[in-house]
Amino acid sequence: MKRSYNLAPVPINKISNSFAEAVSDIPSGASIMIGGFGGAGGQPTRLMMALRDLGVGNITIIGNVAGISKTTGYGWPDHLDPIDQGVFFESGQATKITCSFPVPGTTNPISEIEKAWREGNAEVDIVPQGTLIERIRAAGSGIPAFYTPTGVGTPVAEGKEHREFDGRTYLLEEALAADYALIRAEKADTRGNLQYIGTSRAFNPAMATAAKITIVEVDEIVEPGGIDPERVGTLSTYVDRIVLRDAEDPLP
Amino acid sequence: MNLSSEIMGNDPAPRLGRAAIAKRVARDLVDGSTVNLGIGIPALCADFLPDGIEVLYHAENGILGFKELSAPGEGNPNLMDAGGKFPKLVPGMAFFDSVESFSLIRGGHIDVTVLGALQVSRTGDLSNWMIPKRGIGSIGGAMDLAANAKKVVIAMEHTARGGIAKIVEACSFPLTAPNCVDQVVTDIAVIDIDRANGRMILRETAPGWTLDDVQASTGAKLEIDGDIVDIA
Repeated sequence: MKRSYNLAPVPINKISNSFAEAVSDIPSGASIMIGGFGGAGGQPTRLMMALRDLGVGNITIIGNVAGISKTTGYGWPDHLDPIDQGVFFESGQATKITCSFPVPGTTNPISEIEKAWREGNAEVDIVPQGTLIERIRAAGSGIPAFYTPTGVGTPVAEGKEHREFDGRTYLLEEALAADYALIRAEKADTRGNLQYIGTSRAFNPAMATAAKITIVEVDEIVEPGGIDPERVGTLSTYVDRIVLRDAEDPLP
Repeated sequence: MNLSSEIMGNDPAPRLGRAAIAKRVARDLVDGSTVNLGIGIPALCADFLPDGIEVLYHAENGILGFKELSAPGEGNPNLMDAGGKFPKLVPGMAFFDSVESFSLIRGGHIDVTVLGALQVSRTGDLSNWMIPKRGIGSIGGAMDLAANAKKVVIAMEHTARGGIAKIVEACSFPLTAPNCVDQVVTDIAVIDIDRANGRMILRETAPGWTLDDVQASTGAKLEIDGDIVDIA
């Protein structure tokens, strides 16, 4: 459906006063994208903790590598206690996750997501990573579905339309949108233009485009002009709320 | 041939270690190619690149061009590889997001991917993401890589715990991609797969192993095409 033009003015200053305030309107039953790749870099850790503290239930999480850091240390510096998307399963808030990598190779100890799944408290929808990111990209860019060669001949293909192009078989995969995206960037200007650093991009830029409300956690906020226009990684149009991290925060 | 997946008898000679498997895979990497290494034995290949050979490593979380993949960096969370480790920043590195990363893979721009496996079939089917008994698994980038890289090499131990065959006539585990594996390098053998004709050709064995020894640990028929040499 075409978006309607809302004549109400949009605040140009998008800065929230706290992580709690930024997530306060997320309702029970919401679908929520969590940015990053997996690991500490690019993960909106403080927004995640605020969502956990908000306590809303029946939420659907959309992530990538999800919930394996706590048990394996994946992507976290050795001296820190990892926080991952398993927090929403430990708290009982999440009833579903769509992601590419929900469990580590080992079950000792068992991760929070696998535990919730084994106990019948959570649905786990496992999607090939390239298909997952392209479904999110498609949702944000007006493409309802696309054909991909990935997953043909595997359980992922079951029930999906197959079509041949130029002698090769492809699957039809549908766009994946969400109510909210919680993302992480290094720097924002007050309008919401974002700059990323290193490998922290991952799922963040695409998720920013695919949710009704995009909330970003940043290490620095600058005035317009404080980000080189050549280095803008996400356009301000996609960003609804910005929250600044405490410079002394011990978490990455 | 042992189709029952139960291995009888004892090893005739020692099996190679994980590093030796990785070294054998690395020997065939071609100068200037773009390579994605999976977690585990595949990641070790970066340590054994022959002198004078440079490859462009791709990590699906968004790095191209790093070398010394397994060399530890400073623990900077914003400089991570796909295995969740922290490599060094080296000149010529490029960072990008997951849309770009999987366009690179799906678009057929990866020359070689080296992956681990739970099972590989005679026709090159690969299973590496879920053990049915567990009922839950992780796909990550494996389906995209297996289906779309120009060459798929499997680096793994030849048999599972208890001597269960991992090289099989047909995979019983859920597939990652059908008919995709070009070569299998294990602790006892190097096997090429003729995907078009569904043939497994034994090329090399660990020192002290014969065709019959390798066949006894393998659940699919191995064929011979030319000399079999020791893995070096």
